[in-house]
Amino acid sequence: MKYVDEYRDQELARTVAAAIAAEVDHGRSYHFMEFCGGHTHAIFRYGVQDLMPENVHFVHGPGCPVCVLPVSRLDDAVELAERHGVILCTYGDMMRVPDTKQRNLIRAKADGADVRMVYSTLDALRIARENPDRQVVFFAIGFETTTPPTAAALKAAEAEGLKNFSVFCNHVLTPPAISHILQSPEVRDLGIVKIDGFLGPSHVSSVIGSRPYEFFAEEFQKPIVIAGFEPLDVMQSVLMLIRQVNEGRHEVENEYIRVVTEEGNFKAQALVSEVFELRKSFAWRGLGIIPKSALRVRDAYADFDAEKRFELSVKASREAKSCECPSILRGVKKPTDCKLFATVCTPQNPIGSCMVSPEGACAAYWTYGRFREQQPSKLEPAE
Amino acid sequence: MTVANPRLAADTARVRGSVDMTHGAGGRAMAELIRDIFHKHLANQYLAQGNDGALLGNVSGRLVMAADSHVISPLFFPGGDIGALSVHGTVNDVAMMGARPLWLSASFILEEGFSLAELEKIVVSMALAARQAGVPVVTGDTKVVEKGKGDGVFISTTGIGVLSEATDIAGSNARPGDAIIASGTMGDHGIAILSKRENLDFETEILSDTQPLNDLVAAMLAAVPGIRVLRDPTRGGLSATLNEIAHQSKVGMVIKERAVPVKPEVAAACELLGLDPLNVANEGKVIAICAAHDAATLLASMRTHPKGHDAAIIGEVVADEHALVTTHTRLGGMRVVDWIAGEQLPRIC
Ligand code: SF4
Repeated sequence: MKYVDEYRDQELARTVAAAIAAEVDHGRSYHFMEFCGGHTHAIFRYGVQDLMPENVHFVHGPGCPVCVLPVSRLDDAVELAERHGVILCTYGDMMRVPDTKQRNLIRAKADGADVRMVYSTLDALRIARENPDRQVVFFAIGFETTTPPTAAALKAAEAEGLKNFSVFCNHVLTPPAISHILQSPEVRDLGIVKIDGFLGPSHVSSVIGSRPYEFFAEEFQKPIVIAGFEPLDVMQSVLMLIRQVNEGRHEVENEYIRVVTEEGNFKAQALVSEVFELRKSFAWRGLGIIPKSALRVRDAYADFDAEKRFELSVKASREAKSCECPSILRGVKKPTDCKLFATVCTPQNPIGSCMVSPEGACAAYWTYGRFREQQPSKLEPAE
Repeated sequence: MTVANPRLAADTARVRGSVDMTHGAGGRAMAELIRDIFHKHLANQYLAQGNDGALLGNVSGRLVMAADSHVISPLFFPGGDIGALSVHGTVNDVAMMGARPLWLSASFILEEGFSLAELEKIVVSMALAARQAGVPVVTGDTKVVEKGKGDGVFISTTGIGVLSEATDIAGSNARPGDAIIASGTMGDHGIAILSKRENLDFETEILSDTQPLNDLVAAMLAAVPGIRVLRDPTRGGLSATLNEIAHQSKVGMVIKERAVPVKPEVAAACELLGLDPLNVANEGKVIAICAAHDAATLLASMRTHPKGHDAAIIGEVVADEHALVTTHTRLGGMRVVDWIAGEQLPRIC
């Protein structure tokens, strides 16, 4: 597979690993937070940690949209499907997230709600066209990357005059979440793990560009490297971060130049701002309320806003008590520090959000990394 | 497998219309359906007995029996259909015990309104599959459910086979040091099915690998009678199969990601859909575990067989009380190869 294999090549990986080994300062340690679930997944999926020196650590951040969606929003979704009888369209991962009553959308579907798994907003639009006598709601989640397709679907519905389509908008923004991790009041209570730099989310930056991160680099004096999702991208980015740390720099650098520019994609940005506006605040699962961190549908498109079209009764909800997701999403704790990890909480029976999506830190740890607790890792001998 | 039957066009023209409740009611309509579709295509001496059951005669050796049900969407997919699949699935389940499959039964649950022409296509394909495998369908049953209560056609098959005294194949037989061999490329069936799902149409024409494996297994057993484990990595793919065996045998396994055969187009489709080819279903592949000193002989015997020419040693069994399956990644690290949690793919078989 051209354009993919070359970013997973073992020889190249060894070369980059050797460069990293040569450049780390053995007198200190390096903690880099990958904000994005895509990076967490790549690190575990390819065993990137095995190619790192002992003193380089990955801290898994909150960048999985399924993980950070508050339970109350899920309760709302279940209510839309059950009480309002809509056809609720959603991406597959959302189906397994437990709600307040430890049910999920798979359960709701089994109990008679009309929940449909879709692969894109186009599927949801098609379902609306095919069912003119039913209300169809697209349960939209995701960071900056998935927002433009939702905006496009809304515009298409308006242009077609679809009267039975609306969006339940849960789109959230990356930069406010990163600031929050570094400076929220909770940092005092939970403490914060040492973070020496960030692997920036590349898909997000393909939309918003690398510029929005310049503020952090400056304000928090942390280097940021916008990193692609292939394992070699991650390794190369780590090397770039190590260099910045060693040289005392804190800049935004771009490893993913094959896609990301400083400015991002203007067209997508314009589309998003035409349809959506900032919410004053939004509750993130595990992180609490973060000001100006999410989007809602603008009044001009109110007809397509499920929150306006349907009256939702759910207001607040509780999270499972012993779940350590809040600390894990901040990088303060590791999944194995949670008492429920692998005992009560597994991907088959997720208690907290980090275990639900394969991109969540607990799920990635369970799926790909748990042997590390049980046996010393063995590297494949060079051939 | 495409069904090339010159009679088919004429047949389907004759069998018009669709299934209705009378086809399951035990009256004339049902008798005609059985005569004109099932018996006609599946004809053999046992069906010709015309009784409620088939009289099979004497067998010497231990008997093996396996059952399988088939619910699949779409019913027709690149490289096969539910008819061929329902034969291959059960023939292979019997073969995975090291047994020689002898007979099959087939039960059909038809949904009111299902096209009779399509049904005939399915039965023709089933008949061809049974002939190719050399395993006749000797008895069967048909029921009709109301519209909306089925998904077109469901097929259940049961297979009976015979096992020689010397053969001892079981999921609990894997021992540390044993070699793990895959008979060919992983993930073809699952991706072929997905490629035809609504809204997921992608360009490459990936064919399902659905095929009977009894001949390949016979050749393998002739070369290495002491094979310890055989299993076809169907639902859940290679990952599920290796995890099952690891748990049954209470051993660990270490594979090499780069040694696992995967077609480039399957790898590309997996990439696109965010799937791991190790988790994707196969319908015509076998995973074998044998003692290390038998591995070269077994591999050679597989590679000379047309259904095993891509066979490869993909890893080894290790001692591990946690029964973890791990892999050396393409990149040079390690990770766990887990079975998937819940449903990774939409329903595929
Ligand atoms: S293991 Fe489960 S309960 Fe514990 S932090 Fe992770 S998701 Fe929450």
